Amino acid sequence: MTNTDTTPLIQLQNVNKFFGSFQALKNISLEVRKGEKIVVCGPSGSGKSTMIRCINRLESHNGGHIFIGGKELTDQVKDINAIRREVGMVFQSFNLFPHMTIIKNLMLAQQLVRKINKPEARETAMHYLERVKIPDQADKYPVQLSGGQQQRVAIARALCMKPEIMLFDEPTSALDPEMISEVLEVMTGLAKDGMTMIVVTHEMGFARSVADRVLFMDEGEIVEEADPETFFKHPKNERTKKFLSQILTH
Amino acid sequence: MNFDFSLVTDSIPKMLVGVGLTFQLMFLSAIIGLVLAVVLLLMRLSGKWYLGWPAQVFIYVFRGTPILVQIFIIYYGLPQFEAVRDSIFWPILREPFGSAVLALSLNTGAYVSEILRGGVLGVDRGVLEAAKALGLSARQKFIYITAPIATRLAIPAYSNDFISLMKATSLASTITLMDMTGIARTIVAKTFAPYEIFISLAIIYMIFTFIIQKAFGRFERYMSKYVNP
Ligand SMILES: Nc1ncnc2c1ncn2[C@@H]1O[C@H](COP(=O)(O)OP(=O)(O)O)[C@@H](O)[C@H]1O
Ligand SMILES: [Mg+2]
Repeated sequence: MTNTDTTPLIQLQNVNKFFGSFQALKNISLEVRKGEKIVVCGPSGSGKSTMIRCINRLESHNGGHIFIGGKELTDQVKDINAIRREVGMVFQSFNLFPHMTIIKNLMLAQQLVRKINKPEARETAMHYLERVKIPDQADKYPVQLSGGQQQRVAIARALCMKPEIMLFDEPTSALDPEMISEVLEVMTGLAKDGMTMIVVTHEMGFARSVADRVLFMDEGEIVEEADPETFFKHPKNERTKKFLSQILTH
Repeated sequence: MNFDFSLVTDSIPKMLVGVGLTFQLMFLSAIIGLVLAVVLLLMRLSGKWYLGWPAQVFIYVFRGTPILVQIFIIYYGLPQFEAVRDSIFWPILREPFGSAVLALSLNTGAYVSEILRGGVLGVDRGVLEAAKALGLSARQKFIYITAPIATRLAIPAYSNDFISLMKATSLASTITLMDMTGIARTIVAKTFAPYEIFISLAIIYMIFTFIIQKAFGRFERYMSKYVNP
């Protein structure tokens, strides 16, 4: 992937997405430069997941353009998997491969997609397991781990592919409160290392300390976009104010 | 009436002579049927109507008719066609054994294909999406994620089908095969003691059912070690 700091790594231009006659995304435009961290928030059903799923083409958009590293995502893109492996994704429900040990979870795509040999894949896997602080769990199965540990494994699994971009879809929403911080800590570390990130989350502490920009989505639109300071202290839009008052009082 | 135990003890060893044939029918049909089931499953999952549609018709026909009738059609009906008699399959279809294996394989293939499809549909969508997001191709996803998970999910239903198949092998005796049931019928014809003989036969089948169930139970526990490690 070729990038300079001036061309955006991710570019969405007037993206529309329909599910049948229901419009889930309405003219979404967004640019993310290398190393930027974007936090996306908004009420349930506002299209946050749909937007980031379009970015790695788990959903295909119906209008507008999406460019990843300058390459447009279209039906004609031959090697969509080549683009996909540059974009790591972490899901709310972890989605580890239940029938494989943790280390195998981390090695599989390296071997199959990146064509890396087994010893090297294992080494990379152990490197990232250490980074998320659970190298001792390598030979266990996902069910044997706590939710927080599973989510850290899921992050490590995505990192093993050496992606340019990491997408997070509510990575802490399915976790018990005491496990949220261990996952956020890993994500903060990743941000410090300069990873380009789009994070859907309602963890406002994380947004404040990590985000370069915060987006607020509602009913398929990006309603407000600002740096965290401005976003939290002086939101302009009424819908943003209402949303913030709701989540901040909880 | 009185129950003659000596008939039981005399007849069981004789019937066990047919156990080899019962097992041959069972294992051959199970293996051929499983291969057929996978082919039918892939045809249905292909998303192409010209593959999916014939597979569905096949499954519908074989699930919708009794095995006994299928055996009769294959053994008595197919030889009516000259094309069948001229084909390379004739040496197999001419024999009752070949006909029985064919009928049992086609039948179990149709059922097992549906069982496997249930397993495939039971695989968590989120896990498949994660594989896709990591860049795995459709084929890689099927081989490394869907197939192993679906296999585990299908074991309980498959073990039931295997037991049904074991019991269905007894129908082969209707086309002159001397499996355990075939032998039992000749003993009954000589001794006029259907009660003792058939109860002995039933007990043998029950013991086999018990063993098969235990074996599959073990297999399932082995395959589920990641669910209950
Ligand atoms: N596969 C789908 N089919 C139909 N409707 C969908 C599908 N996925 C999402 N939607 C709808 O699109 C809207 C946006 O969903 P989503 O992007 O998941 O919202 P969010 O992540 O912000 O909660 C919702 O109204 C949802 O019901
Ligand atoms: Mg969502």
